[in-house]
Amino acid sequence: MTTTTTTPPTTTTPAAIRPGAAPRPPFKVGHLALHVALILGSVAMLLPFGWMLATSLKSPPQIFTYPPSLVPNPVVWRNYLDTVQAMPFGRFYLNSLFVAVSVTSLQILTSSLAAFAFARLRFRGREALFLVYLATLMIPFHVTMIPNFILVRYLRWFDTFYALIVPTAFSVFAVFLLRQYFRGIPVELDEAARMDGASSFRIWARVIMPLSGPVLAALTIFVFLGSWNDFLWPLVVSNSHATRTIPVGLATFRGQYNTDWHLLMAGSVIALLPVLLVYVFAQKRFVEGITLSGMGGR
Amino acid sequence: MTASTSSQSSLPRWRRYQPDQQWEAYLFLLPSFAGFLIFVAVPVVASLALSLFEWSLLSPPEFVGFKNYTQLLSSDMVFRKVLVNTFYFIVTIVPLQLAFGLLLAVALNQGLRGLEVYRLIYFMPVVTTIVAAALVFQWFFNRDFGILAAAIWEFGAETGIPIRPPDWLNDPDWAKPAVVILTLWKNTGFTMVIYLAALQGVPTELYDAAKVDGASAWQRFRSVTFPMVSPTTFFLMVIQMIGAFQLFSEAFVMTQGGPANATLTIVYYIYQMAFEFQRMGRGAAVAWVLFIFIFIFTLVQTRLQRRWVHYEAGGES
Repeated sequence: MTTTTTTPPTTTTPAAIRPGAAPRPPFKVGHLALHVALILGSVAMLLPFGWMLATSLKSPPQIFTYPPSLVPNPVVWRNYLDTVQAMPFGRFYLNSLFVAVSVTSLQILTSSLAAFAFARLRFRGREALFLVYLATLMIPFHVTMIPNFILVRYLRWFDTFYALIVPTAFSVFAVFLLRQYFRGIPVELDEAARMDGASSFRIWARVIMPLSGPVLAALTIFVFLGSWNDFLWPLVVSNSHATRTIPVGLATFRGQYNTDWHLLMAGSVIALLPVLLVYVFAQKRFVEGITLSGMGGR
Repeated sequence: MTASTSSQSSLPRWRRYQPDQQWEAYLFLLPSFAGFLIFVAVPVVASLALSLFEWSLLSPPEFVGFKNYTQLLSSDMVFRKVLVNTFYFIVTIVPLQLAFGLLLAVALNQGLRGLEVYRLIYFMPVVTTIVAAALVFQWFFNRDFGILAAAIWEFGAETGIPIRPPDWLNDPDWAKPAVVILTLWKNTGFTMVIYLAALQGVPTELYDAAKVDGASAWQRFRSVTFPMVSPTTFFLMVIQMIGAFQLFSEAFVMTQGGPANATLTIVYYIYQMAFEFQRMGRGAAVAWVLFIFIFIFTLVQTRLQRRWVHYEAGGES
């Protein structure tokens, strides 16, 4: 490696030259072409959002004119009022929020307790049971969907929140993800707590859970978003506005106002807005949550 | 503490378990295991049994043996179409998604300014509700008043090239590409972010060494980047393939499976069978066929990966 003299040394040097200064990427001409391509791509990514927003603010005659415009003129705010009067989107929000919060907290509670047992407690059949759990990870939800639907009907849970929440309050995947993380926490910590007389429950609550902040945050976002956006199962088990979540409510709305694009797009904006707002302000957490959980073995 | 555990390990295996921990462990497991049993394990078995019956939920179930399966695979022309559609979606969505994701990740990994802004934008569709996304795209693809068709008309008028926008969602040949475009828009950000994480793990020394050897940018991509991210490529390939097998909402909202069943997918077919035609057994049989397909495809890919996936520990030839 004597030729290294011809190449610039490692990238750490500039930072060392001006200590304290954040290393800013240098501007290069080649980057300009990349920026142009990436901006074009960004426009393509944002165009559907823009088209949705523009249509939601147009009057029907504006919608059915050619050529279409991305700028509504005049701006018809009334569409939003008409939309929430035609469909109880407020109710759908509440339903979605209630379901997503319940599913997320229950799933994290049941899964972290089980993961703690798999990671830390000794019991007969531990490895075998964990293998059974793992084996079902590969089975698609669609295989169990029909029996679950029949079970829900049998329990008279059809079109209730029980049907939306209880069957999804458990997750093999979450158990798997949390167990992996818990195993990375030094055992000495719980042994020390145990010598101080702490029970297993106390170790779970006071040692393991507080040390699992990152994975719990990631899982919370992943499960919450998954539940908020879930479509097939809520579509199958809810049958009235009292239980419809946002995606199902929006699909129902489409069924009734098939060609009223100004209203449908206003409904879509209403459906997307809260998630997108939270996403814009917590982008990093969202990306981390989805990638960390997404990489977890699904 | 450590002394006691090490002396315990010389005991027979069954005596090593502390009885108090045994019961404690079962208590910890109980909530999860009860749910697992009731909503996963028993339904899996029930679904297999159900697939051998004809049952509308209104009349008593009737045992039909393997008829649901044999009919699906031999005489059901719609199911044949569903399989062809699924195959089409897999061979288009998976490679395109991986290519776009990798391309974007490599571009963003050049130390560009504004990385966060680009990531914010490209990842935005990933968090959007698929129903809303599919609705916009349905309107976006509208032949008379949609913005895409207008752009194509205008492009034709400006350049004098006689092109006409297709009637995307009413033309069986164009409805499938429309679903592919929606899926790419929705999921490429996810692929990009996973690739970006993988690229950031590639040691810069490898690129420096390749540069010293006079490798061009393309050669560096081919012999450093591509092999180094191949485990990620494999992972993404498997999960995107499973995702393509399970397409539902896109087709359900945007095209309703049509025109002429051109966008009917396996999961859509399960939904139709069970919840539109009230044929629970047939629906369960389709679900099992889906599972078997996913299982086989994943297995084949896992076998094939040895030929092209490069793992750092000992994978080098």
